[in-house]
Amino acid sequence: MKTSLSALACGILFGAGLALSGMVQPEKVIGFLDFAGAFDPTLAVVMAGALAVLFPAQALARRWTAPLQATRFAQLPRLRVDRRLVAGALLFGVGWGLSGFCPGPGIAAAGVGLRDALWFLPGMIGGMLLFRAWEARAHRPLVDETGVPVPSAENELAS
Amino acid sequence: MTHGPALAGGLLIGLASAGLLLLNGRVAGISGIFAGLLEPRRGDKAWRALFIAGLVAGAAAVALLRPGTFRFDVVRPPALILAAGVLVGFGTRLGNGCTSGHGLCGVSRFSPRSLIATATFIAAGALTVFVGRHLLGTLP
Repeated sequence: MKTSLSALACGILFGAGLALSGMVQPEKVIGFLDFAGAFDPTLAVVMAGALAVLFPAQALARRWTAPLQATRFAQLPRLRVDRRLVAGALLFGVGWGLSGFCPGPGIAAAGVGLRDALWFLPGMIGGMLLFRAWEARAHRPLVDETGVPVPSAENELAS
Repeated sequence: MTHGPALAGGLLIGLASAGLLLLNGRVAGISGIFAGLLEPRRGDKAWRALFIAGLVAGAAAVALLRPGTFRFDVVRPPALILAAGVLVGFGTRLGNGCTSGHGLCGVSRFSPRSLIATATFIAAGALTVFVGRHLLGTLP
């Protein structure tokens, strides 16, 4: 219950931050990526602001044995830098440069009902489902954002 | 041009990510949180759905207070945006993260994977804009 409430509160703060910072405007993101044109440094300012809070938070998390409202921190296994990581980041970067949307702003803009994002969100969901189907075909276990295998029928078969 | 709102927004994003980490022990990676909602057999959907609902509500609230928050100067062709969405969805799952999970959470704990991923997607995005806007001239 408490973890649900804090997830909601953190989501609200995150969305407010995205909107206030201008990151829900694709032109600002594309402007940051446009080194040869009218470069817009806004995204770098946003990242600097977020990292200024996150660096001390991570230092704190390293010293704690458990988070305040859960029994343990999500396990982050030491994965290697591999081709999948680089290929995934390349594909994501191309889509990001084409649309000016990464997942957070895309979801926020679609939720508010913006026309461009209403095309972006179904595409993103389709891409995620495509990846899921592709992984299942290769009998690879699905992992979540922390790299931990997702409990699913496919994974039970694979393990 | 002032960077006040960008800095304030960045601090809020940092606070939200720090809160999710220190309270719930979770990584605030939007692509991962959202993809978890697409897993039919997953049990931990409640907090993910609430986080995403909050993200939309928080952005909508700021948009009400600050008209022009979602102003679009350029409208791109729907097919282009749809294709970009597919690339973002597939790519963030293959690479295990996006701007938030790798770019903020991973970079702030000096994860080599996240540093490489962040440099790669920024470079790929910049190259895409360069080719589309300056070489081909087809991207607005």
